[in-house]
Amino acid sequence: MTSMVFAILFYLATLLFVVGLLYRINSYARTPAPLKIPTTPAPTTNGGVVLRMTREVVFFESLFKANLWTWAAGWLFHASLLLVLLRHLRYFTEPVWGWVAFIQPFGMYAGITMLLGLGGLWLRRLFVERIRYISTPSDHLMLLLLMGIAASGLSMKFLAHTDVIAVKEFFLGLMHLNIQALPADLLLIVHLSLVVSLLVVFPFSKLLHAPGVFFSPTRNQKDDPREHRHLSTWAAKLESEKS
Amino acid sequence: MADITAPAYRTIPIIPALKPGSMEGKGPFVASDKLNEALGFPGQLVEDWHDRAIAKMGDLLSKYRSLKVFMDACVHCGACSDKCHYFIGTQDPKNMPVARQDLLRSVYRRYFTLPGKLFPKLVGARDLTREVLDEWYNYFNQCSECRRCSVFCPYGIDTAEITMAAREILDTVGYGQKYSNEIIGKVHKIGNNLGLPGPALRDTLEGLEEDVKDATGIDVRFPMDVKGAEVLLVTPSADFFAEPHIDSLIGYAKVFHATGTSWTLSSMSSEAGNFGMFIGNYDQLRTIAMRIRQAALELGVKRIVVGECGHAWRVAYSFWNTLTGVGDGADPNDRFAQMLQKQLDHRYKQPAHICEFTWDMIQDERLTFDKTANDKYIITFHDSCNVARGSRMGDLPGGQFEIPRNIIKAVANNFVEMAPNTTREQTFCCGGGGGLLTDDLLDLRVKGALPRMEVLQQTVDEHGVNFMATICAICKAQFTKVMPIYGFDRKMVGGVHQLVSNAIQLGQK
Ligand code: SF4
Ligand code: SF4
Repeated sequence: MTSMVFAILFYLATLLFVVGLLYRINSYARTPAPLKIPTTPAPTTNGGVVLRMTREVVFFESLFKANLWTWAAGWLFHASLLLVLLRHLRYFTEPVWGWVAFIQPFGMYAGITMLLGLGGLWLRRLFVERIRYISTPSDHLMLLLLMGIAASGLSMKFLAHTDVIAVKEFFLGLMHLNIQALPADLLLIVHLSLVVSLLVVFPFSKLLHAPGVFFSPTRNQKDDPREHRHLSTWAAKLESEKS
Repeated sequence: MADITAPAYRTIPIIPALKPGSMEGKGPFVASDKLNEALGFPGQLVEDWHDRAIAKMGDLLSKYRSLKVFMDACVHCGACSDKCHYFIGTQDPKNMPVARQDLLRSVYRRYFTLPGKLFPKLVGARDLTREVLDEWYNYFNQCSECRRCSVFCPYGIDTAEITMAAREILDTVGYGQKYSNEIIGKVHKIGNNLGLPGPALRDTLEGLEEDVKDATGIDVRFPMDVKGAEVLLVTPSADFFAEPHIDSLIGYAKVFHATGTSWTLSSMSSEAGNFGMFIGNYDQLRTIAMRIRQAALELGVKRIVVGECGHAWRVAYSFWNTLTGVGDGADPNDRFAQMLQKQLDHRYKQPAHICEFTWDMIQDERLTFDKTANDKYIITFHDSCNVARGSRMGDLPGGQFEIPRNIIKAVANNFVEMAPNTTREQTFCCGGGGGLLTDDLLDLRVKGALPRMEVLQQTVDEHGVNFMATICAICKAQFTKVMPIYGFDRKMVGGVHQLVSNAIQLGQK
């Protein structure tokens, strides 16, 4: 029964996640950027823009300039999350890819550092006056959700082991439309429910910062307005009307 | 304005504590029916303002990717929260860039997102009420669109874009700001922001020729409407008579004279400033910019050079090519732009900043200077926000920082920098930009100048600085007004070309 419920939940959540995200990305991509507004000094070549964006996405360059504490906690969380996600590939691949096996041990500790990073961000949200002022209930809930995912995941590793072989069979089965039994394990149920919730809220929430950053005109535009005429479709129409 | 005093300097520039509500109020003077209608906006707040405002927001969301992405992407990390000079000076939490954005974002969430429709409280979504509209008017007129916050945001969220959108919505429902709309009206009617008619302008220029002749013995010309001149100079109209602006105008004229460049001003487009940007209205932005295209075509000039004006240079550098075709690289089938671009001389950047022009001439050794003429000054340089974060000079990123400094060092002996986290792309706005340079906002202007004044005081104490050069008409006007309130001499501020003017040797080469 639980297996069936979770199978359906995962299919629906994944569908919502993928469709929702594609819809958003499509709407960002289709909205014109009529004016050149890179925050200067900005790169003047495409290669330069790729570098700028890479520094932004990999190292959080602007955040680093802004606030070391937020940067440290935020970067620790995101880097750990990446490792943790990669580590989880082992539940979806058979045989497990070599490099996924290689990062297994790091991925485990990353769960802990992820929790630390999130905790740091939450402490700032709770105790720094300015940040408490701008926080909405959903900002707190989002952190709690992620902390819940990390904590429940870690407990299965360190407190009450779950039958990972069965979990893997469930997910491999899921990928082949062949529903397998899921261990009826409370921590696992909590962990998976929270993950499903995350997938569902993603396309409707501030988590859109992940695709959004790539579409930010102040960061992704080349600084070459004098060399090339930049014209959006709706702005071009104004010209055909008058001279 | 006796009741307006400067806030105390912070001994260490720590992040200020919040003082909620400290800048609550009615905001600057509201534009009259006449002013609004002249620009095609409703004269007064319309009956159905609520629906019209939401419709406009939807329209802008479909036209501007910046607005659309910025509305969604903010994670409330707070990285920008202490970066705004108005927040630092006023301590009003609604002047934190993210909180300012949230004034609009909360309404966006309510009307344009599913969670905001279902659970408004949870995600901080609000109905658009009259209180919210008034709050927009007040706080979106406390942002100078200086983009400092965008430097620090991990997603590059630029509050200036959001302020522009908010002001555009306000204008659409008939709730415009007097100062900006009045100025735009003057540009359309008379040709410049200060409402200086052609004949008066001609008189002023003749007077200047006499003054310079008296001072130097040399016939330096200030030509107007000269067909076939090589250079069309477009400069902020404050340069024609305001102090210290006029000294920079004299500097440009001397540079043209000394290098034998034929140049002209245009009575039709005697204004580089473009307040269309400040109110976020694309049509106004474009219509005002079109005057320069028209003047360039009529006069048949080969180059267009822009004087010392911060937001004008952003508009010229970043937007003119898009709006009017002043630039290079238009598609061969783009007849509108080609018409002008064929006329322009593309060995030079189009448009060029006067600092680029002068610096090129210095490098070509076509100018000589007596640096000792500026020895009475210990000089520092204030980067103007729109130049620093919305434009460039020269070929390399950051040329907008190097070139004006290079010129100062070429014409003067004593130059010192202000604290590094307050210069270049991290510079603080003077406190008067973005359509806020009006006396009904003087209290805000004084408070917004605080971070710059603190750092200036530091260079005065440590290095005896007695001159702060800048290349923006608004900075110059704002500082001459505000600096005495902080106990500085108003003559401490001036243009880069004022220093050029002091040191340039005429008639040598
Ligand atoms: S653009 Fe400038 S004035 Fe406006 S919120 Fe950002 S820092 Fe403040
Ligand atoms: S820095 Fe950017 S993401 Fe962070 S609170 Fe400010 S606007 Fe939002």
